[in-house]
Amino acid sequence: MSTPQSTIDQFVQSDYKYGFVSDIETEALPPGLDEEVIRTISAKKGEPEFLLQWRLRSYRHWLTMTEPSWPKATYPPIDYQKIIYYAAPKPKARLESLDEVDPELRRTFDKLGISLDEQKRLTGVAVDAVMDSVSVATTFRKELAKHGIVFCSFSDAVREHPDLVEKYLGTVVPYTDNFFAALNSAVFSDGSFCYVPKGVLCPMELSTYFRINTANTGQFERTLLVADEGSYVSYLEGCTAPMRDENQLHAAVVELIALGSAEIKYSTVQNWYPGDKDGKGGIYNFVTKRGLCRGRGSKISWTQVETGSAITWKYPGCVLLGDDSVGEFYSVALTNHRQQADTGTKMIHVGKNTRSTIVSKGISAGRGQNSYRGLVQMRPTATGARNFSQCDSLLIGDQCGAHTFPYIEVKNPTAQIEHEASTSKIGEDQIFYCNQRGLSKQDAVNLIVNGFCKEVFRELPMEFAVEAQKLLGVSLEGSVG
Amino acid sequence: MDANDSPPARLGRFVEAFGSVTEAAASAREPHWMLAIRKAGLARFADQGLPTLRHEDWRFTNLAPIEALPFRPLPRPEPRAVTVADLDRLPLAGMSGLRLVFVDGHFEPELSRIEALGEQIQVCSLSQTLRTDGAWLEQQLASWHEGQDRAFRALNDAYCTDGMVLRVPAGVAVAEPIHAVFLSSGSEAGLASHPRNVLVAEANSQVTVVEQYASLGGAATFTNTLTQLVAGEGAQVEHVRFQDEGPEAFHMGALRAVAAGSAQLAAHSFALGARLSRQNIGLTLAGPGLEAILNGLYVTTEKRLADHHMVVDHAQPHCASHEYFNGILSGQSRGVFHGRILVRPGAQKTDAKQTNKNLLLSSSASVNTKPQLEIYADDVKCTHGATIGQLNPESVFYLRARGLPIETARRMLIHAFAGEIIDRVRCGPIRQALDRLVWDRLERDAQVRLDASRPHD
Repeated sequence: MSTPQSTIDQFVQSDYKYGFVSDIETEALPPGLDEEVIRTISAKKGEPEFLLQWRLRSYRHWLTMTEPSWPKATYPPIDYQKIIYYAAPKPKARLESLDEVDPELRRTFDKLGISLDEQKRLTGVAVDAVMDSVSVATTFRKELAKHGIVFCSFSDAVREHPDLVEKYLGTVVPYTDNFFAALNSAVFSDGSFCYVPKGVLCPMELSTYFRINTANTGQFERTLLVADEGSYVSYLEGCTAPMRDENQLHAAVVELIALGSAEIKYSTVQNWYPGDKDGKGGIYNFVTKRGLCRGRGSKISWTQVETGSAITWKYPGCVLLGDDSVGEFYSVALTNHRQQADTGTKMIHVGKNTRSTIVSKGISAGRGQNSYRGLVQMRPTATGARNFSQCDSLLIGDQCGAHTFPYIEVKNPTAQIEHEASTSKIGEDQIFYCNQRGLSKQDAVNLIVNGFCKEVFRELPMEFAVEAQKLLGVSLEGSVG
Repeated sequence: MDANDSPPARLGRFVEAFGSVTEAAASAREPHWMLAIRKAGLARFADQGLPTLRHEDWRFTNLAPIEALPFRPLPRPEPRAVTVADLDRLPLAGMSGLRLVFVDGHFEPELSRIEALGEQIQVCSLSQTLRTDGAWLEQQLASWHEGQDRAFRALNDAYCTDGMVLRVPAGVAVAEPIHAVFLSSGSEAGLASHPRNVLVAEANSQVTVVEQYASLGGAATFTNTLTQLVAGEGAQVEHVRFQDEGPEAFHMGALRAVAAGSAQLAAHSFALGARLSRQNIGLTLAGPGLEAILNGLYVTTEKRLADHHMVVDHAQPHCASHEYFNGILSGQSRGVFHGRILVRPGAQKTDAKQTNKNLLLSSSASVNTKPQLEIYADDVKCTHGATIGQLNPESVFYLRARGLPIETARRMLIHAFAGEIIDRVRCGPIRQALDRLVWDRLERDAQVRLDASRPHD
């Protein structure tokens, strides 16, 4: 198909809307990492001894590890001593209510479309807003507390519910898991914590909004979400960062735990700054996310829309330990300019009759490289387990790449696995068909791309689905002539 | 990742034997350039050693047992008590046409059947070609690029003794399949043979080649074979590799093929034997508008492992490649499959399909499969799929509902599963012989026959 250069250029130059920097007084440690830095972070947060020891163990283990080289992404080596491991908006006196949040901070989040003002919110979504290294505000805490739901920043959780934190921290993603998880375990500064008690269906969507603001910082947050027996929670995550020429590291860890019959739905719209059209700047998004279906009949569902970041390295997975548990993974990953994404999932089937579904849609444009890498493992105990995987790629332009690297390991004959993948571009005949019916080329492309992603968007909560569709529409403007 | 993380001392065995090779080469008056290839191969091998499990391409295939074997290459042929009667007992023995027989890596003219095929077609052994047509062979051997089977290729370079050389001139069609038999006499553990085959089908020629690997004894022998195949413009080539070595044998096989524009290439791999076997298949589609089929069947029992590692490189536009690999696994056996389709920038209108289906017949058999796509062009149609499972209960039920006993139903379905692959062999006599053989093998497998006594779930 002909793709006139002018429209490609137009596409490539489409802007990143969230690239502003807020002028907020911050307090930051000097760059570099050693045990002293970890002790300082821990002390600043007034952490109990067990957490400090855990951090130090993680750090010592991290020192023995090497950065993974297998992802299909190329980037210059990261100097871990040049990163600022702790930066926080300067704390005012301890906040009594949300009205006391720094107005500049409030404006920042308003600008991002995330209102911290409970009254002004139309929909019932509770937000934990994280700026650089710390959580700045959590909305609807009182409302949620009525149901016994704990939803707060990780630091608050450590102070208020140390028993829960100690019990579950690192049980899904141990600090030995991988290089970036170990680093995160050593230096994580904040994040969100959520505990939904037995039998409670969470009345509103919970969400965390991550924002990187300070230059040269790494953001290392940690989310821990526990759904006790028979409970349900839907969780959203969004993220943006200013436009800078340097690459910034974001190495987060998310742990989900679903006990018997509990259900967790975790949705992400990732829109970190992707770098400019020549690949300068942008966030390195090296994230470990994993859910543990611990109880019988539990369910964890991951939905992600990945449009940002210079490099994405992310494999949200499910360990299906309980019998009859269910894991799902729905993903749309878009790479444009010189973005690189190596993303996928891991489904580890341990329990009997466990089921998993993987639907991955990759869209590559410009010089983007998009890889799906997924593992489906059937352990010998996973009698009657099933998996269905589908990964489709859509290529826009002839300089991008789409790759699929599935790993399938089966050690139980009653397990059934199906894997399908396809790669295609938007067909001339499809565009022609739409043109005939009076749609412009751009509308046709948006229509086709949205149709391509429909199976994933359907899984997103409504507001997110609308946002995700718009995001794709903006990113694809002018991509096909 | 560095594959070589222990000291090279462990490789000593593979290097020490080289002296005997240079001696044999000198006494056979091998050309100098061949010795240079051997030395370079040895140096490359000593440099990297055998791949370990930490090597991404070898994650599921442990080569420690090969490393633990004594390494006994045979630089000179030894008198072996192999008779024509032994050969007649092998499968495919009834095929007519040319037959080249190699015992422990050395050509056996007495056991072979060589008739002149016409003036221009050249079929002979590598050792003979070294003497008669050295310049051409040098060019063929030297033109070869590095593949993913580097360590074994290097070892083959250093130790290769003999093999088949075939050269079909432009426009010539060879009517009957050319059959090469590679026998391991199988008397000593660690006996290593390194066959090297050079097959060249020039423009618009047609030829079918069968490589058969078999053992006469039950010893833990080691075969490291490498076939390089060139299909010229518009050539039609069918290549069958039939690996049926003894239950203790180790087999490393490589096929590196380059096809030029408009060629039609079908390469089949049947892995029925050996304790551990690996087929490295590398195919480069170097011209536009060609069609390639890679087709394979592995049947494993007991504690055996069959590994297929395949890379198809679409370097030119308008090419089609289809890969079909089926595995039937019983006992505690393991199947490994790695398939990678690489579509280079500019290889537009590529049509690539890749499937890997696995049938698990026992509770302790396992499969690791990695069907991969790596695509750098936008106007392509690429799909891949993998399935792993038991027989479909609904299919079994369908047949039972028509009055077939469960055992027959199972057998029918398993044979049909193998038949999908066998049916793609175009050459009639080979297809029929393989069909019978696979059928017999499956019938001998208790887990195919039985399991019917157990309630079916």
